[in-house]
Amino acid sequence: MRDNDIKKKLVIIPAHNEQENIGQVVTRVRELDIGIDVVVIDDGSTDRTARHARLAGGKVIRLSSNMGYGVALQTGYKYAFERGYDYLVQLDGDGQHDPSYIPELFRQVMTEKTDMIIGSRFIKEKTQNKLSLPKYKTGIPKKFAITLFAFLTTKLVGLKVTDPTSGYQAFNRRVIAFFTQDFFPCDYPDADVIVIVHRAGFRIKEYPMIMFERDIGRSMHSGLKPIYYLFKMFLSMFMTLLRKRPVSLFLKAED
Amino acid sequence: MLPRQKLVMIIVCIFIFIIDLVRRRKLREEYSWLWLLTSASMFILVIKYNWLGIVSNIIGAAIPTTTLFIGSLIFLMILSVQFSVRISRLTEQVKNLVQENALLRDGLEELKKHKV
Repeated sequence: MRDNDIKKKLVIIPAHNEQENIGQVVTRVRELDIGIDVVVIDDGSTDRTARHARLAGGKVIRLSSNMGYGVALQTGYKYAFERGYDYLVQLDGDGQHDPSYIPELFRQVMTEKTDMIIGSRFIKEKTQNKLSLPKYKTGIPKKFAITLFAFLTTKLVGLKVTDPTSGYQAFNRRVIAFFTQDFFPCDYPDADVIVIVHRAGFRIKEYPMIMFERDIGRSMHSGLKPIYYLFKMFLSMFMTLLRKRPVSLFLKAED
Repeated sequence: MLPRQKLVMIIVCIFIFIIDLVRRRKLREEYSWLWLLTSASMFILVIKYNWLGIVSNIIGAAIPTTTLFIGSLIFLMILSVQFSVRISRLTEQVKNLVQENALLRDGLEELKKHKV
């Protein structure tokens, strides 16, 4: 059976114009040294993102033009699916996400009965008290949006999520296959994706973690974008509920 | 020449122009139907001007001009919705192309590395 094989693990890092941060992120992921492959998806950067990622020892897949965060992510999923990876962790290449959580995320998604793990800034777990997570500083609009969507996902689909906008996630091959389909949104896959995943019958868990402020460069949530983002998120969550339940390619869990 | 005759001429010209665009494959058949439909209805309204009055009565417009304006607005709206739908589909197709292209290039580079 497959269980005897060595499970293939992949870390994907979507990046757009992140030449200052990407090298360090890739290096830190590779330093973990637990037999995982690293792929940076360069979303049509105009700077030296691809070069810095390669120098740091990562594999780079380059999109020919800037297609958006979601498209870059899905390219990673398609790659993982094609190459037969069993588990996948995604994190942002802007230095917000601490790569040292990766082994723990892999361990959890491999051993626990869950299909998807979302790294949460806001979850409060009793066992984590000794760590006492510091408050993640966010702007008021963003904080408001996150709280609102957490509330909505909790109310609408009966799923308790504290940080639905987190891009630090881990999942297994069933979810990877699920995400290679055309429904996956191109611009900001967020709470709506979690709702879809939940409605498709996958099990979702959250894992508390600390996230950093961005080191250098501009966040993709800047300018007028938060307003558009709010609107888009409302619409796509509403639409998700109107549509038929999506079907997973693999119907039964292996365990 | 009566104004009506001039109008008929113009509309026939539009009709022929669109047919010609389709013939030269500058306009795909799937987009031509809306244009042809509109010019055909314009043609009918010019020939049978009193039909315009009937339509105005039905929708309750005071003057026939209003009916015409509403008609053209509806036409433009359908047209832009058609475009939006089309653009959405194209976006999806471009997305899949770019992704596949990136993955193919990656596979190709790997093949080259193995050969060397």
